[in-house]
Amino acid sequence: MGFLQGAYAIWYRELLVFFREKERVISAIVTPLLWIVAFGGGLGASISIEGMSYQQYIFPGIISMSVLFGSIFFGLYVIWDRKLDFLKEVLVAPVPRSAVFLGKMLGGMSDVFVQICALLAIGAALGFVTSLTGALLALFTAVVMSMCMVSLGLIIGSKMTSPEGFNLVMSFVMWPMFLTSGALFPIENLPSYLEIVVKINPMTYGVDLMRLALLGITNFGAATDLTILLVASAAFMFLGSKGFEQMQLS
Amino acid sequence: MKSKPNLSMRGNTGAKQETAIEIRGLKKHYDGKVKAVDGISLEVYEGEVFAILGPNGAGKTTTISMLCGLIAPTAGSAKVAGLDVSKEPLKVRQAIGVVFQAPSVDDLLTGIENMELHALLYGMEQEGKKERIDFLLKLVELDDRKDSKIREYSGGMRKRLELVRGILHKPRILFLDEPTVGLDPQTRTHIWEYIRKLAKTENTTVVFSTHYLEEAEQFADRIAIIDHGRIVATGVPKALIESLEGDTVILRAKSVAAAKAVLEKSKQASNIKHLDDGKIQFTLKDSQLSLPVILNSIKGVDSIEIRPATLNDVFIKFTGRQIRQEEGEGGWAERAMNNR
Repeated sequence: MGFLQGAYAIWYRELLVFFREKERVISAIVTPLLWIVAFGGGLGASISIEGMSYQQYIFPGIISMSVLFGSIFFGLYVIWDRKLDFLKEVLVAPVPRSAVFLGKMLGGMSDVFVQICALLAIGAALGFVTSLTGALLALFTAVVMSMCMVSLGLIIGSKMTSPEGFNLVMSFVMWPMFLTSGALFPIENLPSYLEIVVKINPMTYGVDLMRLALLGITNFGAATDLTILLVASAAFMFLGSKGFEQMQLS
Repeated sequence: MKSKPNLSMRGNTGAKQETAIEIRGLKKHYDGKVKAVDGISLEVYEGEVFAILGPNGAGKTTTISMLCGLIAPTAGSAKVAGLDVSKEPLKVRQAIGVVFQAPSVDDLLTGIENMELHALLYGMEQEGKKERIDFLLKLVELDDRKDSKIREYSGGMRKRLELVRGILHKPRILFLDEPTVGLDPQTRTHIWEYIRKLAKTENTTVVFSTHYLEEAEQFADRIAIIDHGRIVATGVPKALIESLEGDTVILRAKSVAAAKAVLEKSKQASNIKHLDDGKIQFTLKDSQLSLPVILNSIKGVDSIEIRPATLNDVFIKFTGRQIRQEEGEGGWAERAMNNR
C-alpha cells in the first residue's frame, strides 16, 4: 500500500465532503466580508493608514484571518470524524498515519484555497485587488500559510477528544494569533510587552507577506516571512504526524 | 434435548487447522486500575466462525480493537494472520476487515463513494474493482440505492453497506463487533444471512462479538465466553451446553432452605443457583427419572419450569450471573421465568 495513494484517498474524501457541505463554504466567505464591510467600513470612516483607506489596509489581514480560521477549524474537524466514527474506518485502514495526516493537510489546504479564490475575486470586484500578479502572489501566500495553520489545527484536533475544548482553542489560540498578527492594525501600534508574542506568532509573517503581495508594504521582507512560515510548517507537520500516530480510539 | 437445526456455517473438518489468530496473555488496563481486558489467551482457526460472547462491558470491543491495532495492549501479544499486531500493524490491517459496532460509513458520501474510498484506502487494483463493488452491493440488495447519500440510509442499510465494505478488499479475517446490535429482529436475521453467505463465498475467517446468546449458539463454530475481561470458557457451543450434562430446572419452593438442602444432597442436581426473584435454578441429570424423586423430597413446590440447557446456563455456571438481556424479547431463561 503506497503512502501517496493513502494520502490521496483521504484528500479525495475531504474534497467530496467540502463541496457537499455548502454551509461551511458559504459561512467561510460571508464572515470575512462582514469584517471588511461592517468593521472595516465602520471604523475605517475615521481612519486611514499609510495613506490608504482602512478597508484597503485590512483587506490582506482579513484574507489572512480567513486562512487562519478556515485552517484551524478544518483541523478541529477531526473531532467530528471521531464523533461520526468515520475516523475508525481511516485508522483501521492499512495506511500509515503520516499519510492520513498528509491527506488531511492537503484537504484543508484545498478548502482554504477555494475560499481564498472566492474572496480575492470579491476583493477584485470591490476594488481591493488591483493586479493579477498581486492576486496570484496572495494566493501563493495563502497556500503557504494554510499549510502551516492546517497542520497546527490538526495537531490540536488529534489531541482533542471532544468538542468541548473548542472554545478554549478559540480563546487561547485563534483570537490571540489573529489579534497579535497585525491583521487589523500595524504591529507597531501594539504595546511593547506584546512584542515577543507578535514575533513568535507565525501569523504575523503570513499577514506581512499577504500585505506585501496585495499592497506592497512589508515589515520583515519576503525572505524572512517565507522562511519562518516554512520552518513553522515543517515543525507543525512533524508534530501533527506524531499526533496522528498516537491517536487511539477511546 | 430439543433438536436444533445445525446452522453453523461449516462442519467440523477434523483436519489439522491453520491458526488465524493467536492471542497470548493479552491485557488492557486503564490508569493501572480499570482492567478492561485482563489476560486473554485463545486461538482462532482458519475458516472458522468464532464468537466472543459476553455481557456489555466484558471487554469484547477492547479485545477486537487490540486485534485491529486500534488500541495498544498493556501486556501480552496477539498474532493476526501470522503477524504481530504491535510490530506489523499495517500488514495486519491489510489482512483484516472490520465492521464496527457504531456505523463508520461517511454520512455525506454515497454508498458507492464509500466503497470507492475503501478500495483506495486498501490499495485495490483498478482491474475488477468496479465489478466487485457492484457484485457486493447487489448481494446485500443495495445496488438500487448506491448513489444515495448514507444520510438517507436506514440503520439496517448502513450495516449492510459496512458489511460488504469490510469484505471488499478480500480480507483473510473479518471482525464484526456486535454486528446486529440496535437492529430489529428481522433485520438481524437478514444481516446474519448476509454474513453467512459472505463468509462462505469468500472463505473468510469470521470473528464476531455479541451479547446475544442465540447468535453465538446459532452462528458460531466455536465461542469464547468472556466476563470481566477474562475468558471463562471456550468451545463448540453444543459441546459447552452438553458439558452441563442435563436440563435446566427452575423452581419456586415454599421453603428455599429446605429445597436447597434436598438439591445439595441429590447426586443428579448441580450448579444450584439462587435467582434474584427467590427462585432456585439448577442443572438436573436424567431429568425424566430424577425430577419426580426430587419433587417428592421437596415438600411444597409452587411452580416449576424445565427446559433444555442453553448457553445462558453455561454462562451462569461459570460466572454465577446471567448475561443481562437489555432487550424486551429476552432470552430463554427470562421467558421461562416470566411464564408464571
